Amino acid sequence: MSSKQTFINIDRVSKHFGDVVAVDDVSIDISAGEFFSLLGPSGCGKTTLLRMLAGFESPTSGEIHIDGKAMSEIPPHQRPTNMVFQNYAIFPHLNVAGNIAYGLRKDKLGKVEQTRRVDEALEMMKLEGYGQRKANELSGGQQQRVALARALIKRPKVLLLDEPLGALDKKLREEMQLELRALQESVGITFIFVTHDQEEALTLSDRVAVMARGDVLQMAAPRQLYNRPVNVEVASFIGQMNFFDAQVVDVQGEKVVLDTQGLGQVKVASNGDLLQKDNRLVVALRPEKLSLSLQREVQDHVVRGELATSAYLGDRSHFFVSLDGYDKPVEVAGQESGLSSDRALERGSEVWLSWAEDSLVLLPAP
Amino acid sequence: MNEPVTAAQSSIEKTRPVSSWRSRIRAFYHSSEAFKGYTLLSPTMLVMLFSMCVPFAMMVVMSFWSQVGYEFDTDFTLANYSKVTEGAVYTQLLIRSLWISAACTFATVIISYPMAYYVAFHVHRRKMIWIILMTLPFWTSYLLRIFTWKVILGFNGVINSGLIGLGLIDEPLEFLLYNPNAVVLTLTHAWAAFAILPIYVSLEKIDRSLLEAATDLGDGPVARFMRVTLPLSLPGVIAATVLIFVPTVGDYVTPALVGGPDGLMLANLIQAHFGIINNWPGGSALAIMMMAIVGIIAMAYIALTRFAVRNIE
Repeated sequence: MSSKQTFINIDRVSKHFGDVVAVDDVSIDISAGEFFSLLGPSGCGKTTLLRMLAGFESPTSGEIHIDGKAMSEIPPHQRPTNMVFQNYAIFPHLNVAGNIAYGLRKDKLGKVEQTRRVDEALEMMKLEGYGQRKANELSGGQQQRVALARALIKRPKVLLLDEPLGALDKKLREEMQLELRALQESVGITFIFVTHDQEEALTLSDRVAVMARGDVLQMAAPRQLYNRPVNVEVASFIGQMNFFDAQVVDVQGEKVVLDTQGLGQVKVASNGDLLQKDNRLVVALRPEKLSLSLQREVQDHVVRGELATSAYLGDRSHFFVSLDGYDKPVEVAGQESGLSSDRALERGSEVWLSWAEDSLVLLPAP
Repeated sequence: MNEPVTAAQSSIEKTRPVSSWRSRIRAFYHSSEAFKGYTLLSPTMLVMLFSMCVPFAMMVVMSFWSQVGYEFDTDFTLANYSKVTEGAVYTQLLIRSLWISAACTFATVIISYPMAYYVAFHVHRRKMIWIILMTLPFWTSYLLRIFTWKVILGFNGVINSGLIGLGLIDEPLEFLLYNPNAVVLTLTHAWAAFAILPIYVSLEKIDRSLLEAATDLGDGPVARFMRVTLPLSLPGVIAATVLIFVPTVGDYVTPALVGGPDGLMLANLIQAHFGIINNWPGGSALAIMMMAIVGIIAMAYIALTRFAVRNIE
């Protein structure tokens, strides 16, 4: 991504509402054609940032450049952005074709050309034959397509999407995710997507910025975000994670020995300045990076525990294992197959947890 | 100890047949949705029946009678209606009534819309206080308000003495009071709240994200107003229009007090038929004709605006 040229430049932007700091000194560069997501819990400032890009809010300080142009003096109706609203904002007094053609007024197209463009948009969104329907006769998914078509027909440089899938049920949402990604690839427009659903952000995006309290905590590609979160907050927001408090007890050249609460003493490769002697830190481990067995099968990176409870999820099971010196059960994701045949796997039975050394994520103590 | 028990027992025995009676009524009540509805409507329906329908029916019957001195000749006749349709003075007064009322409706909606718009979109706190303040004219009596306008517009009134005091005019302006304009002005002031409230409600209901969507799709403030805000507030405007037009056509107090001879309306003539002219059948025919015409105009207007709204895209 870094090789591409910056298309949208958010430069030290802050937004204050009275005493409330909604967005705090955020800088983001987004390149052309990128699918970029702003991810965070409600109230983290992601929507405010999106609205500043659209022009509905103006930054208290800082500047936004789109395609080299400063946006502060440009009113929302003249920006090269279009938005898909959270509730779709379909005009109730217009039919589907009227809604889609709404933004074409200024382009002064002929009647024929306008009809052609609308038909094209209807076809792209698989809404053929719906042109004369009223908005209230459409399902949620159809309304969403109308909102997308209405924004895309303007051929914006940037499409802003404010939690557009939030109102759809799970199955439809997953379907629309795939469609949205395919659409973005076919039109090649930069998408900026706001969501609080981490799975959605990981599935769709080229890059994700995780936000909290108006701040960007981490900005990275989905894979890196999942495997290498930079702090406890990001790690706990993206997927499931087990956290163990730890302290550096010894530095042995390349290796560092940590004393962890729960996992006992573990050795990790020494990299980064976290690993000074006596430093406190947090060791994080994904549930699916732990494997569970009934015997001690390996010598290193293994710990004994007791099965507290398990949850059957169909394609896999989650086991919760109590460890000595650790106050809450560790979550382990396992394939149902290998283990279900073991009748010994009852509550309270002895189990061994093992992990690969490089699956440990070291995070600064909060 | 014994007595209360027997009393209770006997009371149970007594109520048993009554309660089954009750349960039968209750079953009937719950079985019929329509009956339930009529029961809920009944207080209003009774009032409407005895204070509107019965007098109206009497008036319809009376309009086919004729007046002989202080008595009624109850033979059926259409003379009252033919007199109304042939008499030029009636037509003239009817046209004037419709015209004054239309002007008043138009003026009221035009001045009320910005007020409603302001409260709906630019007042964020204590909206209720603004709404209450707008109904303030209704806190004094209707007559008092009309007399206030007389004081303001009169020959030696506030405006004239003010302008003379400033040296802008030498003699009082005579065109302020006792003409149709004064009637329009007074009625507009009196009915403003009836326009503000429905328009405010319809503006308040508009989803703000629709306005943002219009802006986002390239509309400046004026285009956005014409293409989204105005069409979506039309139901309120239509309600306000009908709400003001229908009662002002029949108003007779305002024209009688501030209208002068040129500002008299049809309702004044109707009133006179029941008063000094002493021709109740004639007045009844006149009132029914006016009611029919206003009803037709109002319905045509509603149909027309419905049609316009549907074709706005």
